[in-house]
Amino acid sequence: MPEDKEFKVIGTRPIRHDGIDKVTGRAAYGADIHFPDMLHGKVLRSPYAHARIKSIDISKASSHPAVKCIITSDDLPLVEDTITELGETVINLKYLSDNILASDKALYKGHPVAAVAATDPYAAEEAINMIEVDYEILEPVLDVRQAMEPDAPVLHESLKTESMGKGEDQSQNVASHSQRKHGDLEAGFAAADIIVERDFSTATIHQGYIETHNATAQYNEDGELTVWCSTQGAFGVRDQLSKILKMPVSKIKVVPMEIGGGFGGKVQVYIKPIAALLAMKTRKPVKMTMTRTEVFEGTGPAPGSYIRVKLGADKTGKITAAEAHLIFEAGAYPGSAVGAGSLCIFAPYKIDNLQIDGYDVVLNKPKSSAYRAPGAPNACFASECVIDEICQKLDMDPIKFRLINGAKEGDRRCDGPIYPKIGYLETVEAAQQHGHYAESIDKTPNGKLRGRGVASGFWMNGGGRSSVTINVNADGRINLIEGSTDIGGTRASIAMQAAEVLGLSSEDIMPAVVDTDSVGYTGVTGGSRTTFATGIAAINAAENIRAQMIGVVANHWELKPSDVKFKDGTFLAQKNGEELQMTFKEVAAVAGGPLVGSVTASPGGAGNGFATHIVDLEVDSETGKVDILRYTAIQDVGRAIHPSYAEGQVEGGVAQGVGWALSEGYLYNDEGHMTNASFLDYRMPTSYDLPSIETVLVEVPNPGHPYGVRGAGEVPLVPPLAAIANAVSRAIGVRMTELPMSPDRVLEAMGSI
Amino acid sequence: MSKKTHVQTEINGEGIEFLCEPRQSLLEVLRDELHLTGAKEGCNNGNCGACTVLMGDRIVNSCIVLGVEAEGEKIETIEGIATSEGLHPIQQKFLEHAALQCGICTPGFIVSSKALLEQNPTPSEEDVRFWLAGNLCRCTGYHKIVEAVMDAAKALNTEVADNA
Repeated sequence: MPEDKEFKVIGTRPIRHDGIDKVTGRAAYGADIHFPDMLHGKVLRSPYAHARIKSIDISKASSHPAVKCIITSDDLPLVEDTITELGETVINLKYLSDNILASDKALYKGHPVAAVAATDPYAAEEAINMIEVDYEILEPVLDVRQAMEPDAPVLHESLKTESMGKGEDQSQNVASHSQRKHGDLEAGFAAADIIVERDFSTATIHQGYIETHNATAQYNEDGELTVWCSTQGAFGVRDQLSKILKMPVSKIKVVPMEIGGGFGGKVQVYIKPIAALLAMKTRKPVKMTMTRTEVFEGTGPAPGSYIRVKLGADKTGKITAAEAHLIFEAGAYPGSAVGAGSLCIFAPYKIDNLQIDGYDVVLNKPKSSAYRAPGAPNACFASECVIDEICQKLDMDPIKFRLINGAKEGDRRCDGPIYPKIGYLETVEAAQQHGHYAESIDKTPNGKLRGRGVASGFWMNGGGRSSVTINVNADGRINLIEGSTDIGGTRASIAMQAAEVLGLSSEDIMPAVVDTDSVGYTGVTGGSRTTFATGIAAINAAENIRAQMIGVVANHWELKPSDVKFKDGTFLAQKNGEELQMTFKEVAAVAGGPLVGSVTASPGGAGNGFATHIVDLEVDSETGKVDILRYTAIQDVGRAIHPSYAEGQVEGGVAQGVGWALSEGYLYNDEGHMTNASFLDYRMPTSYDLPSIETVLVEVPNPGHPYGVRGAGEVPLVPPLAAIANAVSRAIGVRMTELPMSPDRVLEAMGSI
Repeated sequence: MSKKTHVQTEINGEGIEFLCEPRQSLLEVLRDELHLTGAKEGCNNGNCGACTVLMGDRIVNSCIVLGVEAEGEKIETIEGIATSEGLHPIQQKFLEHAALQCGICTPGFIVSSKALLEQNPTPSEEDVRFWLAGNLCRCTGYHKIVEAVMDAAKALNTEVADNA
């Protein structure tokens, strides 16, 4: 069993391989690219949230002396209005293409309409303002409930609702309705001693990566396109460029530069096809970077949502029935995270009778995109708050409630699958035993109101394809070539797994993230898959190398490979009563030529992730401001390869959760213009807004990984919203149901304004 | 395009002359003209701190300082923090404490932290959190950054004591 293994490298905290480049400013990010003869691209964006584009006149802009090229949607190849497989997802090509450059309609303020390449960025900016667009302004729809009304303004005349539930009269803005049910809902609620039903809403929010999107493209006379960019997945960019530009994938090379954060928001392409098209037309390198405002207005936010949850429990605290309606903002085109939210909403619990309805609704906001456990934070905010209210009404400890209802191996998840070995209850028990929970909280010190909140969360975690090549050098150190963009220390966590197999130190491995011509297909750094799936590819490649080296040693000693054993980095055998041994480095030296092991893995078996969080906070009853006093995050990570970077995932997720709960949200005026599209007005937590965050890593090894790894990156953003809302609600004695819980909302709930 | 201005300044201890347009920010000059790309652009309006550099003894967001304002100043960027002797203790502690994930905000944090420890060699956790509030990090939750800066203060004070 994995838990009995003793590890030499796994579980230690070596310095990451790319660390020195990143603390000295030498690491090259996408915007650091520079070519002496490059042009600069700039996008003209729609000033209206909903408008028909009647005509675009580029004649004045074309006369600008610095302008080399102007493009509109007419310059994009026509793609079919059809659903197609793209890498590991399914998309409608017409929507994908129209989101790059609007064709008939602009569907959100910030929707690209045209683009310019000029000799300097200022000229490009001047030129886009000289493009004349004739718009027919249409009424925007900015709220999903309003968008579902039969007489709501329609975004896509051709959209038809895909429905898995009962047919209803709905507006054309409902892209899909899904339904999951099992058991007998009516009987379940009839058996309940207590039922709580509430509506919740969460604001549209942004991933908030500090590096804005960028792309530099170059097109050669032989038809080869190269794109240097910031992305979570170079192969995904190649796939999207291939579909949008109608070019074969083999003609496209995507070079993933260092990436300044993504959180799901750097999977979808925006300016990359535009830079490519401008480069193809001008035959010059074209560089583009977004401003922060463009990022807010023109790139995927996380969906705002309305969720209704009804939960019944008997007086012993056992859940008897659960029902949820989730309505998510898809943004301008279909495809919100409502599906994932529907899977996650009750996933930590064993519930016999339930029904979950999910609605994907288009409206005049940017096309929503993934954000760290997409859909799950919204969903679990609603369900975990209702659970807390039930606990209050039953006068039951919220940890005890979770111990009674928590799912374990063999239980059926709400959407069907039977759980394999999972560590949910272990996180709840760890919370119960933690000093934070043991210490009581003084509810009203100095007139301030204090509260404690608890919440749990679930995320599926992903597997999928990853490729790794290992080259053994004559000095015994190895190059590990991979396609997984390193956003948070995965060079280290992947290299350490190869080191463990080969009995080497982390420092003996030299990992390199390379372009799409230089390694096999690798999925995105997302879905909490990288340390798991690329880790398995690295383990398999290392095992391949180990087998080759056993062959080398056997030859050298004139033995059969089966006579040679490998232990702790040393090859051992007995020959004529003599003990023979060689180290990895000695074998590398005698190999007499390069040893190369290349592997593509596509593992399933990504173990599910669970987390339970405890928060203490204080509400200022005069201002409504909430201060986090203490935060403890407990998470099952299966096995922490590099514990510091696993903790880092948890701490970062908590900080984003604090922002989502208390201060972040798109503000819109009636015309559908975002009024806070800057880091000054869109308030992400600073170091001064947060306390120290205590992380407890629980290790219930995942049977689907040789060392027990479970994905760790996403689930830490699931519990904080509800944990904080539960604490605020208990502090002020009023149930909070709207995010963010900004000071004005808190004062309003308290009846102060 | 307006006429370019000649600017004479000092960057990381070296005398430097450059030409820039009056509208160019110091960040644009550093990155686009001098190819010192360690300072990053995150917001271009002084809210994220990714472009932090030292100008004299002040920390500034170089995206809201004009290039021409560098005239006669002494500028220090992330590229000047490590010396031929090796990494600065703050850089070393960022590595040891895993105080970075994507790394885009790291140069700004290191420059700000250096200024803090020069002005206040023994900061409390509260001091560190207050001082660094002008630098946004979206990956780490700041916990390990604060630990690294506190530990770097300790290391620097030990260095000072050893040299005394």
